[in-house]
This record gives sequence, structure tokens and C-alpha cells, in this order.
Amino acid sequence: MQPTSHAFKANVRDALGDETLQRALGNMKTGFIGKRLAAVARLPEFEALRDQGRAIKNHTLEHLDFYLETFERNVTQAGGHVHWARTAEEARQIILGICRSVDAKTVTKGKSMISEEIALNDFLEAEGLVPVETDLGEYIIQLRHEAPSHIIAPAIHLVKEQVEEIFRATHTDLPEGRPLSEPRELTDEARAVLRRRFLEADVGITGANFLIAETGSTVIVTNEGNGDLTQTLPKIHIVLASLEKVVPTLEDATGILRLLARSATGQEFSTYTTFSTGPRRPGDLDGPGEFHVVLLDNGRSAMLGTEFQDMLRCIRCSACLNHCPVYQSVGGHAYGWVYPGPMGSVLTPSLIGVEEAGNLPNASTFCGKCESVCPMRIPLPKMMRHWREREFEQNLAPAPFRAGLKLWAFFAKRPMLYRFGANLAAKLLGRLGRDAGHFTRLPLAGGWTGGRDLPAPEGKSFMEQWQARRREAA
Amino acid sequence: MDARSQILDSIRKSLKRGPLGESAATVPANRIAHHAPGLIPGRTRSLDAKGLRDLFVQMAEEVQTTVTRVADPAEVPGAVADYLANHNLPADLTMAPDPALDAYPWVDRPLLHIRRGRAEDRDQVSVTGAFAAIAETGTLMLTSGNDRPTTLNLMPDTHIVVLRADQVVGPYETAWARLREEQSGNAMPRTVNFITGPSRTGDIEQRIQLGAHGPRRLHIVLVEGPDAKVA
Amino acid sequence: MVPSKPRVALFVTCLVDLFRPTVGFAAVKLLEDAGCVVEVPASQTCCGQPAYNSGDKADTKAIARNVIAAFEGYDYVVAPSGSCAGMIHEHYARLFEDEPEMFQRAQHLGNRTHELISFLVDVLGVTGVAAAYDGIATYHDSCSGLRELGVKQQPRTLLRSVEGLSLRELPGAETCCGFGGTFCIKYPDISNRMVGDKAADIVATGADTLLAGDMGCLMNMAGKLSREGHKIAVRHVAEVLAGVTDEAAPIGGAR
Repeated sequence: MQPTSHAFKANVRDALGDETLQRALGNMKTGFIGKRLAAVARLPEFEALRDQGRAIKNHTLEHLDFYLETFERNVTQAGGHVHWARTAEEARQIILGICRSVDAKTVTKGKSMISEEIALNDFLEAEGLVPVETDLGEYIIQLRHEAPSHIIAPAIHLVKEQVEEIFRATHTDLPEGRPLSEPRELTDEARAVLRRRFLEADVGITGANFLIAETGSTVIVTNEGNGDLTQTLPKIHIVLASLEKVVPTLEDATGILRLLARSATGQEFSTYTTFSTGPRRPGDLDGPGEFHVVLLDNGRSAMLGTEFQDMLRCIRCSACLNHCPVYQSVGGHAYGWVYPGPMGSVLTPSLIGVEEAGNLPNASTFCGKCESVCPMRIPLPKMMRHWREREFEQNLAPAPFRAGLKLWAFFAKRPMLYRFGANLAAKLLGRLGRDAGHFTRLPLAGGWTGGRDLPAPEGKSFMEQWQARRREAA
Repeated sequence: MDARSQILDSIRKSLKRGPLGESAATVPANRIAHHAPGLIPGRTRSLDAKGLRDLFVQMAEEVQTTVTRVADPAEVPGAVADYLANHNLPADLTMAPDPALDAYPWVDRPLLHIRRGRAEDRDQVSVTGAFAAIAETGTLMLTSGNDRPTTLNLMPDTHIVVLRADQVVGPYETAWARLREEQSGNAMPRTVNFITGPSRTGDIEQRIQLGAHGPRRLHIVLVEGPDAKVA
Repeated sequence: MVPSKPRVALFVTCLVDLFRPTVGFAAVKLLEDAGCVVEVPASQTCCGQPAYNSGDKADTKAIARNVIAAFEGYDYVVAPSGSCAGMIHEHYARLFEDEPEMFQRAQHLGNRTHELISFLVDVLGVTGVAAAYDGIATYHDSCSGLRELGVKQQPRTLLRSVEGLSLRELPGAETCCGFGGTFCIKYPDISNRMVGDKAADIVATGADTLLAGDMGCLMNMAGKLSREGHKIAVRHVAEVLAGVTDEAAPIGGAR
């Protein structure tokens, strides 16, 4: 998808004014947060598991080449194929090639953020294939020609009326008068419609939450079971995953899995956690005839060894999104690309450049809530600050802001000048605001005073009063 | 340079080293060879066999799995028949050709129509065994095989699992150890499903609905054996 | 070991200095009542956060050098602000990772720098104050103080000792108010939304007083409550604990 991250401020304006979106976002606040809290409270070892998760991933990243080679060897041994893609375009072409090899028409898809990242669906459609998203949320937004707004709940920005609307507009072979106002009815309809597609599919494409080096297995985690139907029924199963998904052993994956569902939805474990190793075995009654893994770099190897390496520990749980007050206010689409929220703010500039995505790491108060809930202990605010440092070096911040900062810094580095300026400002503004005690309008402060009053200074700076009291006492 | 070489090269450049030398490579190689368990939550540690079964049932029921506990294998077909009747489901089962299921006297319930094989779209009810049950989270572990088609776990509306008491373990690590032992060496089954309750989605307004794509009902018949009678 | 008469340097913070000296004097009173000798280094300006959070490391370091030099040689440095204390305590040393000598000095300073209320309770062992305040107060946990410095129970402990004060927990007390320093200037509409949500939570408690430990948050929340016409008195927690609430109007209130 074409990024609109550069238009973040305009996106935000739209999002804040969108009543339906705000209503949908309101649902979020009570759901994920409380459930995660309950799940964490129930597991005394949670904090220790976070430390362990960080250690497993850090170790893996330090030996990433070794583990990827081991993974590849084991996939091949199990009868699968591994393909390496440097860029989004390479990945798309590899996938197309595999699809063409069986004259594929219908391609079912389990939820995969990587496939969004490489804009796979549009590409496959342009090539005459029919990609069908099977995760309910992804299916809904595919029909609406929208991007996902959340990394695990893609349609979280919608209310049920909008889902009813698009189903009626799309499933035109079903009786018009049928009831569709309740999530139960909508889910049943999607189940029936998508069951047809599952059965028709020639190729099924999933992502992977983990790649297991030890066994050459890929792991998907779903609640619906759509990923499993996607990968089991068609002739070919393609796994699309970025490099950093690899972990050394089954036990390592298990340790991190204990963090994943709890951090995401507050479940002890997601409904379907599936380890797949190679294609159908001789004598199997079901299973895909071919098993392919497409390993995507697209900027990951370049993040290693930099101040952004820690971001490669991300397991895409969405805890940071769910707890971020900025995300809660504006939703995912405002971020303008595939990955929203705090993790998106750190990752997106790495993948599409800081010129395009610079707004994202700036739109944070550094409240630190994201880092406090990240199961992998990723220091998100610190990395957002690093992006701001890069932008500062490249002069990318808007000019008026840079000028204001430079002016302020000029004074702050010069105590005597600062003292003079502060004492004066305290007096002047104090006098101006004396009657009301606050300003409802102030030149240069329109952003603030547009929505709130600005308290006025008491009138004489602390330092001036302190020095005066010291002189009196002496 | 091909993509594979270039990517590996890029990784090494970023890590400021070349390919791992023999001695350096022993670190990750050993990690894989030893596949040591990490931190295991204490919740199952001091439970005996019955305690594990009780915990498993409690956790499973929390996620809308239903469980019938029977003392004797002979009671299994009756438990299945009763479940179908109670839920107004047809007595038409697709059962895994798994020899483990041959141990139950299905002939005692001649009204149960049983087809052995993989699932087809029209199938409403499937019956499978399991490899293990993880008490820690109320999770079933099912492995694929020639006589254990995976589609039975996913396609029908109702999935019934016949579980034996000795299959219930505490944490995931015990299950992995058992699988490794059974598979001898690193060969994994094609598919290992960890199933924790029936299929569900919260994708519409965050309100949970069961039966999104996979089964909307997951029922377990747990054969507990003589010690089930112990308090 | 805490010295018997600790020499404390007050880091007054730029917002207190400019907007609300009352808080600075309240801090001095609390520290002196607890047995400290308080000095106020004259050359202090700012902790450097605006530059730091804007990615301007050079200016941040220049400011930090001044702060380190001005505040060396005291037993403790105390600020009536979690974010400023957090900046010095958590972040100063990191600025000088490639300058061993400055790194040591920054670390040494950081280790002795505290937020005011947590200093009183955790270091000096203060368990209560002699103040009185007639009102129903609710307390907002400023983010840096909470997450960087562990300021959570300490203000509540001291507030419970204030005669006449009834403390009501604020739902979402730990949720950011939307100030974020440069954030409220760069993204005013998101900031405005966040503080609007915060104001709604505050009003819903039925409290007549809002307290917190950071001026940025307080000005932000006071400004929103005032614009929405709510008659809730907003004060820095130090003012209530020092018993000086009769001496100044609430934040943003008319004199």
C-alpha cells in the first residue's frame, strides 16, 4: 500500500473527527487492557518470562545467519523449499512463480502483516489471481478496500453496521431480507462464504509467528482456525516470513508463546497454535502437496548492529498499540502504513525511510506505557528518540519548530541570559494574565489555547524571589 | 551474488563478523542439540496425576471446551452418543482411522454411524484421539499422521476428542519431550496442533463469537481409569 | 547512609521557576521541615529535556554539563518534578557514554537526584505531614515519575496524613495526560484529545481538587478543566503537603 505517513497530521485530524471510528476505538479501551492485566496477574512468572524472551531473541539475533541456515536445512530435509527474498518485489515474484507452477486461481490467505508490507494482494490481483483473506477482520477490510488498522484485530476501527453494509453489498447471492445486525449473524455468514473459498483454493499463504531452526517448522497462531484451513486444504502452502521470526528450538518458541497470547488478548494461549513441518507425508490423507517458505529481508538485516536492533525482538502481540494513548485517540490508519502504534513508529522509518515516516516517532509523549507492557522488553521510546536524533541531524523537523528550539536552547545554555529572560517573561505574562489567572488566547500558543486555557505565571520568578529573600535574610 | 548469499552476507556485515568459525558455531549448535527447557511456570509443578487432570479440565472449561469424564474405556461410545443427543446433533461421525480409537467398543452403539477417514465439507462431527493434553493451559496437542488426518480437527462444526488419563501432562515441555521420544530424532510430524477451546473471533466490535472457521464445539471424553474414583 | 542534616540542592525546574514559584517554596519548606539544609544553585536553567526529546543531543549535553557543574557537591539534588528528576537520574549518564569522565560525574549526580515526594518518603523516611486541607482530592500519576522513578505510593502515603483531605483514586491515573513537553506543541490536536479524556476521568471522580507532581501535567490538565468550565482546584501536591494552599490561587485560577 502507498504510505500516507507523511500526511500524519491530516490523517489525525480526520481520525479525531470521525465519530464512527471514535466509537469503535472506545470498545478497545476496556477489552484488551483489562484482559491482559488479568492474565498477567494470574502468572507469577510473567516478569521472568519477559526477561527470558528478551534473552532468547537477543541470542538468536546475534547468531541469525546460523539459525536461518539451520532452519533452511531442516525445511529442506522435511521435503519443503526455502526461498530468500531481499526485497518486497523479489518476494512477490517468488510467490507468483510458485502460484503459476500449479496454474493457481484462488489463493487463500491467513493473516500476514508481511503480506501487507509487500502489498501482495494487489499484485496477485493484477496478475489475474484471486487472493481471498480468510481472517474475519482481514476479509472485511479486503471487501472494503481498506488497510488493517491494528496488527491483530484488523477491523477494530469498524462498527457492526459497517460490516453489515459491506456484506450485503458483496454477498449478493444471499437473501436480501436476512438478518445481519448482530456479530453472531455476521460471523456465521462469513464462515459459510469463506468455507467455499477454503475448499476452492489452489494455494494457501500464511505468515509465521515463529520459524523453528531446530526442526524446520513454521508456527502460526490464530483464534479462528482460518490459518489452519488455509494451509491444510490447498495443493501448496506458502509461508511468508521475515528473517527475525526464527528462534532456535521448540522450547524457545514455547517460552515466547507463553508471553504472546497473554500480551495480545489476555488469553492463556491462542485457540490454534500450529507447528507445520514440510508437505504431506506419504500415506497422509490430507495436507498440502508442497511446502514453501519465503524468507524476507526488506530491511531487517540492515537493522542488525544498529541502535534499532532491539526492534527485531518484536513478536507482533499488539500490547503496545492497545495501551498507547495516542493510538487509542487516532486509531491505526492515521499512521499511514502497515504498522501502527508504538511498534509501527519505530519500525516504519526503518522500512520506508524517515523522510516519509518521520512524524510517527515524533507523535509520542514518551509516557513509556508501551515499553512497560512489551513482553520482549523493547525500549520503544528510546528508539523513537533515536529517530528524532536522526531527523535532527538531517534537518527534517519543520523549520518553525527547529527555530523555536534553537532559540530556547540559546537561552538555556546561558544562565545569565536565561535568568534575565525568565524573570522578564514571568513579570510580563504574570501581569497580562493577572486578572483571570490564565490566558484563553496567546500569540504563538494557538495550538494550546485552541482547546484549553494557559495558566498564567504568578508574576515573579522563583529565582528572583529566592535571591530577594536571601538578600533580606543576610 | 544470489539473494541467499547477499542476505547472509548483509547479516554478517551488520554483526561485524564473517561466518561463524567452528568453535563459535558450537554455541548455537549446542543450544539446538540440547534444546533445554527454559523457565516452566510453577502452576503444575506439585500436582499429582489426578491434580493435573483436574487442572486440565478446569482450564479447558474456561475456554468453552466441554468435558465428560468417564472411568472406563467401555463408556466412551456411550459418552459420545449422549453428547450428540444432548446437542441435537446427528449420529454421523467421521472418525480418524487411528488404531488408538479401535480400543473403544463402538459396536455397543450401533446407531452411531461412523466413517473412518479425513474430513469432508459435509461432515458435522469428527472424533479423534490426541497426543497429549497440557494442563497448564487446558490445551490439546494433536499430531498428524497417516491415520490422523488434520482436517478432522478443523472442518466439522463439532470436534470430539477421546483423551486418556496418561496423556495429560503439566507443562508444554513434557509434551515436547514425549514427542521427541516417540519420533526418535528431530523428525516432527507434518502438523502439530495445539488446540485451546473451540474456534472464536473478536473481530467485530471486540465481541467474542465461537465457531469462526474451525469447530464451534470442542468436546473431550476423558477416560480416567480406576484412579478416577480416588478422591 | 543519610547525613544528619542533608545538604540538598533544589532543582526548581523551569516551569516552576517561571509559572509557579509557590511550588518551589513549598518544596523548600517540606525539605527544611524534614531536616534538610536547602540551597538553590543560581546558574540553573533547565534539565534539557526539550532538546533531548527533539533529538538535539549537542544542546542537551551543553545544558547537562552546566547542570552537572552547578549541582555537584551536594548530598542530594531534589526536584519537584518526576520528569526533570528522571532526566537527570536516568538519562544524563547515557549522554556521555563516550566521555568517561563526564559519564562518571553524570552518573554520580544521577544517583543522588530525586523527585521531591519520593525523596521525602523513601530517603528521609517521612511518614506524614502536619498540614490540613479541607477537600476531596484525586491524584494523577505523571508518567516519568511513575515509570522512571517509581513514584506511586509515596504521594498517596503523605496525602493520607493531611487532616481533612479525602483522597479518591482517579480511574486511569496512570494514563498520560497528553502534555509530553514538545508533543503538545507539535501535535496539539492529539494532545487536546488526550487531556479531554483525562479531564472527563477527573470530573467523574467528583473531586474538588486535582493534584500531581509535575507542572507540565498540571498546567495541561488545569487548562482543560478551566476551558470546560469545571470548578476544580488544581495544585502541585507539594503545596497541599506544605500547607501553603492559602497563599496562592489554584493553577490557572484567578487571584
